[in-house]
Amino acid sequence: MLTTVIFYLTAAVLVGAALGVITSRNPVHSALFLIVAFVSSAVLWLLLEAEFLAIVLVLVYVGAVMVLFLFVVMMLDINAATLREGFIRYAPLGAIVAGILVLELVSVIWYRNEGLPVGRELVPRAPDYSSTEELGRALYTDYLMPFELAAFLLLLAIVAAILLTMRQRPGLKAQDVSAQVRVRRGDRIRLVSMPAEAEPAAGAGEQGAGDPPGGRP
Amino acid sequence: MIGLSHYLTLSAILFAISVAGIFLNRKNVIVLLMCVELLLLAVNFNFIAFSRYLDDVAGQVFVFFILTVAAAESAIGLAILVVLFRNRRSINVEELDTMRG
Amino acid sequence: MERIYLATVLAPLAGALAAGLFGRLIGRTGAHLVTIAGVAAAFALSLLVLKDQWLDGAPAFNGSVYTWAVVDGVRMEVGFLVDRLTALMMVVVTSVSLMVHVYTIGYMHDDDGYQRFFSYISLFTFAMLMLVMANNFLQLFFGWEAVGLVSYLLIGFWYTRPTAIFANLKAFLVNRVGDFGFLLGIAVLLMYTGSLDYQATFDRAPSLAGEVIEVWPGSGWSVATVACILLFIGAMGKSAQVPLHVWLPDSMEGPTPISALIHAATMVTAGVFMVARMSPLFEYSEAALSFVLVIGATTALFTGFLGIIQNDIKRVVAYSTLSQLGYMVVALGASAYAAGVFHLMTHAFFKALLFLAAGSVIIGLHHEQDIRKMGGLRRYMPITYWTSLIGTLSLIGFPGFSGFFSKDVLIEAVHGATRPGAGYAWWCLMIGVFVTSLYSFRMFFLVFHGRERMDEETKHHVHESPWVVWLPLVLLAIPSVVIGWLTIDPVVFGNFFGDAIFVQAANDVVGAAAREYHGPVAYILHAFGTPIPYLAAAGAAVAWYLTLRNPAAADSLQRALRLPNLVLENKYWFDAFNEKVLAAGSRLLGTTLWKAGDTVVIDGALVNGSARLVGLAAGFVRRAQTGYLYDYAFAMIIGLATLLGWLLWRSLG
Repeated sequence: MLTTVIFYLTAAVLVGAALGVITSRNPVHSALFLIVAFVSSAVLWLLLEAEFLAIVLVLVYVGAVMVLFLFVVMMLDINAATLREGFIRYAPLGAIVAGILVLELVSVIWYRNEGLPVGRELVPRAPDYSSTEELGRALYTDYLMPFELAAFLLLLAIVAAILLTMRQRPGLKAQDVSAQVRVRRGDRIRLVSMPAEAEPAAGAGEQGAGDPPGGRP
Repeated sequence: MIGLSHYLTLSAILFAISVAGIFLNRKNVIVLLMCVELLLLAVNFNFIAFSRYLDDVAGQVFVFFILTVAAAESAIGLAILVVLFRNRRSINVEELDTMRG
Repeated sequence: MERIYLATVLAPLAGALAAGLFGRLIGRTGAHLVTIAGVAAAFALSLLVLKDQWLDGAPAFNGSVYTWAVVDGVRMEVGFLVDRLTALMMVVVTSVSLMVHVYTIGYMHDDDGYQRFFSYISLFTFAMLMLVMANNFLQLFFGWEAVGLVSYLLIGFWYTRPTAIFANLKAFLVNRVGDFGFLLGIAVLLMYTGSLDYQATFDRAPSLAGEVIEVWPGSGWSVATVACILLFIGAMGKSAQVPLHVWLPDSMEGPTPISALIHAATMVTAGVFMVARMSPLFEYSEAALSFVLVIGATTALFTGFLGIIQNDIKRVVAYSTLSQLGYMVVALGASAYAAGVFHLMTHAFFKALLFLAAGSVIIGLHHEQDIRKMGGLRRYMPITYWTSLIGTLSLIGFPGFSGFFSKDVLIEAVHGATRPGAGYAWWCLMIGVFVTSLYSFRMFFLVFHGRERMDEETKHHVHESPWVVWLPLVLLAIPSVVIGWLTIDPVVFGNFFGDAIFVQAANDVVGAAAREYHGPVAYILHAFGTPIPYLAAAGAAVAWYLTLRNPAAADSLQRALRLPNLVLENKYWFDAFNEKVLAAGSRLLGTTLWKAGDTVVIDGALVNGSARLVGLAAGFVRRAQTGYLYDYAFAMIIGLATLLGWLLWRSLG
């Protein structure tokens, strides 16, 4: 009974937050609504006894991804008014498509659900059951390779994000170690072959002494 | 009594709302990215519900991967957005028509 | 014997290759030595073959030496059919060729293309031997086209002259028309007999006459008639019969030895030889033979007329050649194949002689060809004079000379023929005798007698030609006088050709004439009872009167007969017709096809059109590519909804 109440309450919050995400004028508000949606989803996932993923959703999504979103939204100077042009004009189309999708999915779920365990009663897990342990066992045995690939993908995302956003400002003073290592003697010293200067002879020397070096017209 | 159908229906509604969001916020790339996150959330919902009702941990593994990919995707997406804004002083989708045929 | 046949054919080829490919290496002397050696070997071997066939009475040889390909039961082979007809042709070809080779040393003395020329004429000898020795249609066609090729190359030998290029192109194109018919004829025979072999085809000949082919819907023709007429169209091209004769006078653009060898003695007689060779086929088609008869008679008379008004020494001889070819073809059409081939042989000698004599005159006058600028050459060039006289007498049929026998037999045979057109042919030939004599002696008198009309400079340098030039003249003059006398007995009235030539008993006009024949002397005496010698004498007398006695009469006659003169000067407008109607029509057709077919349909509709269609389609499709992110997202979502809806709807139904 309690779970039913919790389900409906949280679901209502989730749907409301989702609607808030798509309808609010300010992208900052959208991001905040999205955080609400994620948190309420995490609650529902707890009801489904997926504790680890619920925590990950809050930590990773709310704690990292959504903060990133907020960061970007606030950093960029966005003119929200122009971005909402055509909002009303496309609302009916969006509503119709969404309605059709819901109708189709609901008809599948409620009326054409052969093969789905819809009538199944949930038996609560044993107290010592750990979803984290189960997930970890699966990840590190059967899904080891995809797991490593996912890690690699994250690394790639880090590198790519940094590469995309990093820019070299002109006049930036920084040490370039590789340039220091690469340097060769020829880059610093230039040996110039010059004829040996004759010992200034008497008489002739007076004439040459007055001229600046190389400045003879 | 809350059954599988309830969760699936909730996920369907969430999915439909995010689709409608893509239609509504067609000019704002940031909100579009948020809608995509919402879509993925709806999908994750399905996976977890099935995992629980079919008693198979593989569904949770998939959610795990989807979260990973989604995180990477939003990181890169936002990075692109920042670069875009830096170059064009705008994130209006209407102006991004270089690929127009 | 097979090796001898092969050697006969290959010796000139070897000479041609040596002179053609290594001409620079072996030098001018080397070139003429090697080619003359090749042709002399071929001549000696041909004599051996003739002796073997004639005196020793060896059976005809018919065999293949090499199978090139077998396609669907049709064997494509290189093979030889050597009987007396072939042996005779081999001797004629190689002997004239040998004379021409020797003569060329003098004639082409200071020409840059010396080695090239020797290579060509040796190659021609090879091709002509292949043609006459063939035992199947494929090889015949090979030789046929190969001699055509060499003819083309040699007419355009001086390829820097625009007229030579024009002439060789003309010869090539006109021969294409004939060869097209020839090829179709071979195709008809192949279709109905399934074989390219002569013997197999001849064996089927009687049944072919009975089969009917629909040339166009609703007209039934005998297969033999269709095949023979088509083959004869090929002969019309090669042997320059009206209306495909127009190339031969222009072919005089080539060097004179070539005119003698190819365009008088050998290649142009290939058509005559071919019809004689195909006699087992032609005998089964009365219609085809009538066609041959009429075409030949028309050629014989009307090209003779043209010879009267020509002023270029070589062109006079060329028109004379056309006329004489017409005589031979008439003989074929009258089923007097033996007489035709006999005339072919004698003509080869005396016409080669006349051409080479003309060439000698041209050398003496430093390449002056206009007979109005000659005259009185008798004193300067005695050998050329006497040999020319012999050639001319032989040509007009002076009793006792070679030409007399062959022409007389021929006319007699045509007189005995009964098929449609024979009467017309006989009249043409009789008038032709007078015309031949007229133009021959007109030229002879203008060149060798009368006032010396060349300028002082030339007159000063006129001289008799070197021995390499006059020796062939003398060697050709001998057979021009005696060969008729010697060979009429066996070749025409004896059974020389045996099975090589087939004549149906009802058509045997030569056999009928043979009953009147009692030896050469009696034949000469008999001739004085016919109009022929008197007609020839009248022609000569008229020529004498108009050129020497009273030249002014010629001019007034020309003025009086303005209309016929106009017709002759325009050569019956054959060239004009070809140029204005056929060539212009072809060009118009080509332009139309180019403009409408190529530019509009292929370039416009197919090539550029398909590209434009793709571009047009892409132009429509590209409107969907707005470049806006949300449009693509919409497309995906709507597609998703539709797909889902379709899956649901399908599972409902």
